[in-house]
Amino acid sequence: MRSLISINDFNKEEMLQVLDLAAEYEANPNRPIFKDKLIALTFFEPSTRTRLSFETAATRLGARFVGFASLSHTSIAKGESLKDTIKMVSNYADMIVIRHHLDGTARYASEIAGCPVINAGDGANQHPTQTLLDMYSIRKTQKTLENLSITIVGDLKYGRTVHSLLQAMSHFNPKFHFVSCPDLEIPQEYKNFLDARNIPYTQHHKLEGQIQDTDILYITRVQQERFQDPMEYERVKNLMRLDASMLTNTRPNLRILHPLPRVNEIAIDVDDRPEAYYFEQAKNGVYTRMGIITYLMNQ
Amino acid sequence: MIAKKQLLVSAIKNGTVIDRIPAGELFHVIEILGLAKGNYQMTFGANLKSKVLGSKSLIKITDKFFEEDDVNLIALVAPDAVLNIIKEYQVVEKRKVIIPSEIRGLVRCPNPKCITNHEPVRTRFNTVVMLDGLVLKCHYCEKETNQKNLQIISSN
Repeated sequence: MRSLISINDFNKEEMLQVLDLAAEYEANPNRPIFKDKLIALTFFEPSTRTRLSFETAATRLGARFVGFASLSHTSIAKGESLKDTIKMVSNYADMIVIRHHLDGTARYASEIAGCPVINAGDGANQHPTQTLLDMYSIRKTQKTLENLSITIVGDLKYGRTVHSLLQAMSHFNPKFHFVSCPDLEIPQEYKNFLDARNIPYTQHHKLEGQIQDTDILYITRVQQERFQDPMEYERVKNLMRLDASMLTNTRPNLRILHPLPRVNEIAIDVDDRPEAYYFEQAKNGVYTRMGIITYLMNQ
Repeated sequence: MIAKKQLLVSAIKNGTVIDRIPAGELFHVIEILGLAKGNYQMTFGANLKSKVLGSKSLIKITDKFFEEDDVNLIALVAPDAVLNIIKEYQVVEKRKVIIPSEIRGLVRCPNPKCITNHEPVRTRFNTVVMLDGLVLKCHYCEKETNQKNLQIISSN
């Protein structure tokens, strides 16, 4: 029995197997191979995109699903422990998908449950299904995962998708460029991680000038609540903002990714550009989650 | 000098002497080994002069011999500690502590949003020895903490 809690739970070969399954599902999305399976979607923290994506993936695979969409719909609101809730749900379901606002909850749930667990986001820690769909999108647009130049922009300090993505892509000989304000730079432990693997990276404090030499521009949202000084937020958000006029002399294969939701870090005039890929990226989430469910169910 | 030190912390007939404890970590070592809760006859010296550490502490515990896995936990706060096993006033074995690869239930995760600080979960860390010291990575929230920020969970 396998679970997917952290992107580090999968080795390179397993990641590629999931991506291959996702590609098969994209070619033929309706494959009801799990008609006898029940998937519990336990969303202790509200989520629109991820939950609907899992519901769609489960439905296209023929599985039935039960669950709840927020903490207030659970007995935890009555004082029940998380352990008891997970034990109860794992008695009903063949697989549990969990999202929770506390870091490490998914790992804890996987140790309690008697069935595979998929982490759909645990606080600021991991969101491995997002990472796999990001990888799927990168491979689909670049035709390879190897030797790419990847520029990551925004909240590099707290952004869980950023940390997971650089861990996952470290298997494929990448070159990273990090763009953030000084307060939201990539944490030292991730620099140590890259140094230990001889993966080159550069750091910058404004987006302008960092777009031309890259294959993937991965933009993340800078959250206002990270800043004590609202004036500083106003200054920083403009330095990180991408608009269509900045997309000159770029590589022809450049694609712009964003885990969404977007606020104002990508101007609307970018949406119609051929480099914009963030809406297709979200669509890829369904195929990738179908691949992940299949891979874990078959273990 | 040796004779004077023996006067400060008297010799034991049988038991264990834990030497080379950093001066400020004496009570952490007592806590980790659960010595405060037992009925052990114990003497300790604090802030003794040391050629290796500058200043050190040591503990002598009469008729107490430790399992290796238990005593290795003190490497978290006293990585240079040396155990002297005493029988009939003689040192019959000297042993250095080894940092365990995994630590369960002893250290609190400093991440306030870690599940271990909200549910009754036994903490679990993997240890990594870096150039600038020991790093503990939480098995649950995956956050790393260094030796300076360790919080030992009280056994009381």
